[in-house]
Amino acid sequence: MYQPTIDPKSEFRSRWGIGDVLLPLAIISLIFIVVQTASKFTGTYDSEYIIDLSLSLLPTYALQTIVRMLAAYGLSLLFSLSYAYVAYRSSTWSKVLIPLLDILQSIPVLSFLPAVVLALVGLFPGQRLGIEIASILLIFTGMTWNMTFSFYQSLSSIPQELIEASQVYRLSPWQRFWTLELPSGVVGLVWNSVMSVAGGWFFLMQTESFTLSNRNFTLPGLGSFLKTAADKGDNWAILWGIVVLIGIITTIDYFIWRPLIAWAEKFKHETVEATQVPESRVLDFFRRSPTMRIISDRLFVPISETFNRGFSSKSQSSPINKYKSSRWMNWFNWILLGLVGFLVLGGTLEAVTLLSKMPLSSWQTVMTGALFTSIRVLIVLILSLLITVPIGVTIGRSPKLAQFLQPIVQIAASVPATALFPILLLGLANIGGGLDIGAVILMTLGSMWYILFNVIAGAQAIPSELFEAARVYKLSPLERWRTLILPGIFPYLVTGIITAVGGAWNASIAGEYIKFQGKVLTTTGLGSTITQASDVGDFPLLLASTIVMSLLVVTTNRLVWRPLYRLAQVKYQLLV
Amino acid sequence: MVQNTEKTSFIALEGVGKSYLQPNGQTISIIENINCQLQVGEIIALLGPSGSGKSTLMRMIAGLIPPSSGKVLYYNRPLMGLNPGVAIVFQNFALYPWLTVLENVELGLKAKGEAKDTRIQKALRMIDVIGLDGFENAYPKELSGGMRQRVGFARALAVEPELLCMDEPFSALDVLTAENLRFELLDLWLEKRIPTKSILIVTHGIEEAVTLADRVIVLGRNPGRIRADLPIKLPHYRDRKSPEFQALVDQVYKILTNPDLPDILTQTTATATSPEPKAQPKYQSLPHVRIGSVAGLLELLEGRQDKDLYRIAQELLLEVDDILPIVDASELLELVAITEGDIQLSTIGEKFINCNIDERKAIIRELLQKHIRLVQQICQLLQAKRNHRISEELVLDILENYFTSKEAQRQLRTAMDWGRYAELYSYDEPSGEIFIEESITEAEESE
Repeated sequence: MYQPTIDPKSEFRSRWGIGDVLLPLAIISLIFIVVQTASKFTGTYDSEYIIDLSLSLLPTYALQTIVRMLAAYGLSLLFSLSYAYVAYRSSTWSKVLIPLLDILQSIPVLSFLPAVVLALVGLFPGQRLGIEIASILLIFTGMTWNMTFSFYQSLSSIPQELIEASQVYRLSPWQRFWTLELPSGVVGLVWNSVMSVAGGWFFLMQTESFTLSNRNFTLPGLGSFLKTAADKGDNWAILWGIVVLIGIITTIDYFIWRPLIAWAEKFKHETVEATQVPESRVLDFFRRSPTMRIISDRLFVPISETFNRGFSSKSQSSPINKYKSSRWMNWFNWILLGLVGFLVLGGTLEAVTLLSKMPLSSWQTVMTGALFTSIRVLIVLILSLLITVPIGVTIGRSPKLAQFLQPIVQIAASVPATALFPILLLGLANIGGGLDIGAVILMTLGSMWYILFNVIAGAQAIPSELFEAARVYKLSPLERWRTLILPGIFPYLVTGIITAVGGAWNASIAGEYIKFQGKVLTTTGLGSTITQASDVGDFPLLLASTIVMSLLVVTTNRLVWRPLYRLAQVKYQLLV
Repeated sequence: MVQNTEKTSFIALEGVGKSYLQPNGQTISIIENINCQLQVGEIIALLGPSGSGKSTLMRMIAGLIPPSSGKVLYYNRPLMGLNPGVAIVFQNFALYPWLTVLENVELGLKAKGEAKDTRIQKALRMIDVIGLDGFENAYPKELSGGMRQRVGFARALAVEPELLCMDEPFSALDVLTAENLRFELLDLWLEKRIPTKSILIVTHGIEEAVTLADRVIVLGRNPGRIRADLPIKLPHYRDRKSPEFQALVDQVYKILTNPDLPDILTQTTATATSPEPKAQPKYQSLPHVRIGSVAGLLELLEGRQDKDLYRIAQELLLEVDDILPIVDASELLELVAITEGDIQLSTIGEKFINCNIDERKAIIRELLQKHIRLVQQICQLLQAKRNHRISEELVLDILENYFTSKEAQRQLRTAMDWGRYAELYSYDEPSGEIFIEESITEAEESE
């Protein structure tokens, strides 16, 4: 019935492996490398900087990119935790923050570009640090929203009994956060971090080398390396750049994501141990290593104890009064909300004045662009569904295939389609057909993975008994698809579609306007309008096209996808 | 057991009630006018069917929920916020899945700011007392249900509370584990091996209450009130088969099944007012059972000599919460009659048993339309519309005048169940529509 186990953490191992000796060295050298690379981010900015395409510089470029991504991820994590926590604790704020999050999520990354860059160039004139921060902030805007949503949802679904237990045993807010609230969010945060970082890689080229108002900003990094290589047509450099990129992604997957996913198993609310748990050699190593135990015992535990003691509730003798929320807290909330409302109004007024200056022809461009891109997104969706649903169901139903292909699929999904684009364009140039087809292919490559993952999960979740019933009652393949498979995967499919469509819109920005081998390839579309507007610095046009894209995403979400999701939950939920 | 003549009352409830304001402006009261005193050195059981507000009452004593009316007194001072002398053991254990047994148990101690060494010592001692020695480093998902509840106990006892509150602590466990844990708890209490001075147990099991408690407070429902406050003077360990035990259980059954019996008020109710005559609610509160269960009960009663409800429940190994709703439903439909804890088939009931399925459906159809107000209302609404289709919101709006929105949903579900059985109407869950099938309307029109 049960097997009492002793946690390997507490086992005393007197055997020290070679790994334990290397571990402290590895930690020290990692810190050293990060600090050294980050120090390169300071100094004056060389606006005439040209990427040197010699391969020997690839490692330095790669390192700088990694440090940038690391900084952006750290920022995203902090932001997600704070934003979601505030929305969770205060019902007044959540009414503002959650819809705001919806809107922010729908704004394409590149639309933030002018505001961010201009602000920071103003703050740090002539300094490289300004551009670096701008780049990090841009990556941040592509990473943080889904993590915020996920943490908020995890917080909102904490079982009531656990909350009551934390109240009864008088956990201080600090303790409650570390003991209950943060652990509840770990599973969602880990998976969403994987997705966010993959999203960060997607816009790598755009965030390291961008044009604003006809000014070129290029930072040394892997993204700008790939971009310059594509521009100059240096195929050898492109190839090596992609190899390095894939190498980095695979290493991160093995050394960071796999252990984290295996570690997150600990935080699931499951009542029985699952039969197939994700494993990670790296995590096992960390758990059993005496070095880690010593660091934890001597360093982490005393620190956390001091914090705990400092933050624990002082008055234990008298009852804690938790009913009356302080009056002035309410006032504070209202004043802050008023400020936010004021800012929003002010911003809207400015936006309206800006937009009214736009000529009618610009509005026409925006609207036609919107139409074309919408059609493209629809085609991409249908294409993705046609490709991924059969493949996903096949993989999902066969455990052997799943085990073999899943890691490969995971890595392939993390490789940004934008990086593969130069190769794709070369191929297209040979076959013929302009960016119309190319944009669709790029957008499909960027969004079909979400659907594939979800379809695999959905197919795995259908109980085998339903398939057995289909066999016994001799259902034809068509009937089987119609009555069993498609309805069975429907909830997962809808989740995948919602994310995929968002991804497709984002990808349209990268895919509808490309500079390649000295030429400019473009096609009619909203993404192309946005990129061009940012390039030449036409801010009204940029604002207008961003608003239209945002509106389209948010409205289709609310009118089409959310009701579909609710239907999926009500009618198509499998009885477990 | 030494009889403590000087019992100090440390928690008192005066006129306590709880009501919730509904979104449509109605106030639904869960419990009202509760007056009682909890004394040191006692095990007190709060017994009642589901919906009697016993969990709410316990949470008010613990200070998790403030009362809407009346006061909770702690050593004669009104309680503001959390009760510092209370720890709770939860029905579904409420353990944190990512903490080991030891970390879960020391949770309350850590919150108090105790130093690491003393904290671990205390936690280990409690784990030992509760019988989980050796499992300190296990995670909850490695443990069985009974072991998890032991962790819940250890966690509560580690903070040395004055009053240990338990919210249906054994109902999530299987019968044998529950028995085992119940007696272990009783052992620890009688041998004074646990630091707590009083225990309050919320339960819906009559036998459990009578086995463990020194005092049983029986709560009724709609609205929740104290129906009786029975002292239990039998010495431990109580024999379930002894006549005194059975008499007590019988008495409780009588109280619970007969809403018209006058309430036995407690001794210390100087401020209690006589209960006002309650207006008959417009809609009966439908018990949430299926017609199939009712049929099963009736079949069981066929040709049966012993009419004692308690004995029937015993034979079926059913608790109050399980059998009373079925009995209630049968009574509502007038298929049975209850007198003084004895259950008797009515004439229609006898007829029902001897019919086939179609005739049974016809009988139920007739009975529903005759006795159940909600079903009558739904049929009227359906007839009034040309296409015989209404949305469930219409019915829910009406119900929310009398029930909380959650309870209104459950009432609707039950009405749907019964109506579908009787083939009075149909229900489409995804769209939330109640409608009459074409064939039925034709059949009705042709009659």
